[in-house]
Amino acid sequence: MDSGNIKLEVKNLCIGYGDRIILQNLDFQVRKGEIFCIMGGSGCGKSTLLKHIIGLYPPKSGDILLSGRSIVNATPEERREIMRGFGVTYQGGALFGSMTVFENVALPLQEYTDKSAAEIEQIVNEKLKLVDLEGFGKYMPSELSGGMCKRAGLARALALNPDLLFFDEPSAGLDPLTSAGLDRLILSLREQFGTTIIVVTHELDSVFSIADRVIMLDKMTKTIAAEGTPQELLKSSEPEWIHKFLDRDGLKR
Amino acid sequence: MADSTNKGIGRFLETIGANIVDPLIFLGGVVANFPALFRKRGLRKRELLYYLDLCGAKSVPVVALICFLMGAVLGIQAMLQMRKVGTDIFVVDLVGFAVLKEFGPLMAAMIATGRAASAFAAEIGTMKVNDEINALETMGIPPLAYLVYPKLLAMLIAMPLLTVIGDVAGIAGGMLVGVSMEIPLAAYWSRTVTVLDFITFLLGIGKTLCFAVLITLAGCFCGFKSPPDAQGVGRGATSAVVASIFLVVVADAIITLLYSFIGY
Repeated sequence: MDSGNIKLEVKNLCIGYGDRIILQNLDFQVRKGEIFCIMGGSGCGKSTLLKHIIGLYPPKSGDILLSGRSIVNATPEERREIMRGFGVTYQGGALFGSMTVFENVALPLQEYTDKSAAEIEQIVNEKLKLVDLEGFGKYMPSELSGGMCKRAGLARALALNPDLLFFDEPSAGLDPLTSAGLDRLILSLREQFGTTIIVVTHELDSVFSIADRVIMLDKMTKTIAAEGTPQELLKSSEPEWIHKFLDRDGLKR
Repeated sequence: MADSTNKGIGRFLETIGANIVDPLIFLGGVVANFPALFRKRGLRKRELLYYLDLCGAKSVPVVALICFLMGAVLGIQAMLQMRKVGTDIFVVDLVGFAVLKEFGPLMAAMIATGRAASAFAAEIGTMKVNDEINALETMGIPPLAYLVYPKLLAMLIAMPLLTVIGDVAGIAGGMLVGVSMEIPLAAYWSRTVTVLDFITFLLGIGKTLCFAVLITLAGCFCGFKSPPDAQGVGRGATSAVVASIFLVVVADAIITLLYSFIGY
């Protein structure tokens, strides 16, 4: 793979808490403009892996390169600078409860740009429109539904126009229609802006709708069990549990 | 045998880590993040006002009432003893000094502990549960600077004001008792302004500032250390109150001792 085309590279990564190893021997790359899904059963360490990739926790060993820059060996200031280059959408939206939706989305712009209040208002309104939350700026997060919170969190993640977006379980807790709407939004972000998108999920419908490539994590071996397109993984018969996992409803997608 | 000894030592070291080293690391982090206050939008006015309201304005009635009652109780107890030796007027001295040097700052601190420390811990703990702390980190905003300093500044403003209110209410409580027990109001007032000096008042305020720092740091630390679940948030809030009361009482004893060295 051309190294200039790689957005994220995970090298021989081992992660865990204290003495406990959660995942090890992880090696994978994500190309620019790709929608890449990290899959696996409950408790296999998907979200933990994401938190390590985005620099919230240090790994036990190995390296993580974002646009060629190591987030593991970066100084705190360098790490903050790397972090400003990507957006993260958390499971529940992670909106700040003491701020309105507008203020949540405006926060990164106020922190990191010299834009005037009028410019910030215009950008915030654009981002809210993009996630279909036009007119909801004055609402407090507690007044929104789960799906709206996630979309508002996405608007905040998009505020600084990052070229890399992370989603942690975007479909969790959403009804199928809302979930499908979010999938369409993810696809449109890639189409409109060429954003590289990394999604942690175990929602098969989402994976088959949006993913270019997938890695499947195995809780038993604590490493990557398979890597490829969703269809490639579905067609492969080994290991059998992956086939069952991907075709658990027998729909032969 | 050796194995169980090693485990015991391990647990002891873990306890030391949790109760001594971790708070020191947290304190170091807070100090190291001080320069972040001076960057663009380092301190948010709206948050500062919110915490001033939470820690200060909303505590005024209860601090005033408690200090008034405390002053009255002190006055009654002192009067019962002083009257035996015919030194009723010294009730004024006792109530005045006790309120300014001890009960004003302490009562304000106790109310702030119940109201602010638990609120700080619960707020930060809930933010952890909701991934809001992670969101701050990934936006490159240092959570310690963003979350601790507005609370600290609000407490440093609110606590001395609460203490002043507590001082006035406490002295008023003592005065009410004194007057009702036949000390003339003019005599009580005259004695009060004669014996109580500005330095005594300032020493009480000095204590209060120290309490404000301890309560804020204890509340925030317990919030950051709380496990990210509903029970964890509850435990964090409880720990914050217990730790704050403990720290305030220990600090009060140390400061009182230090004051005694300089003749106060």
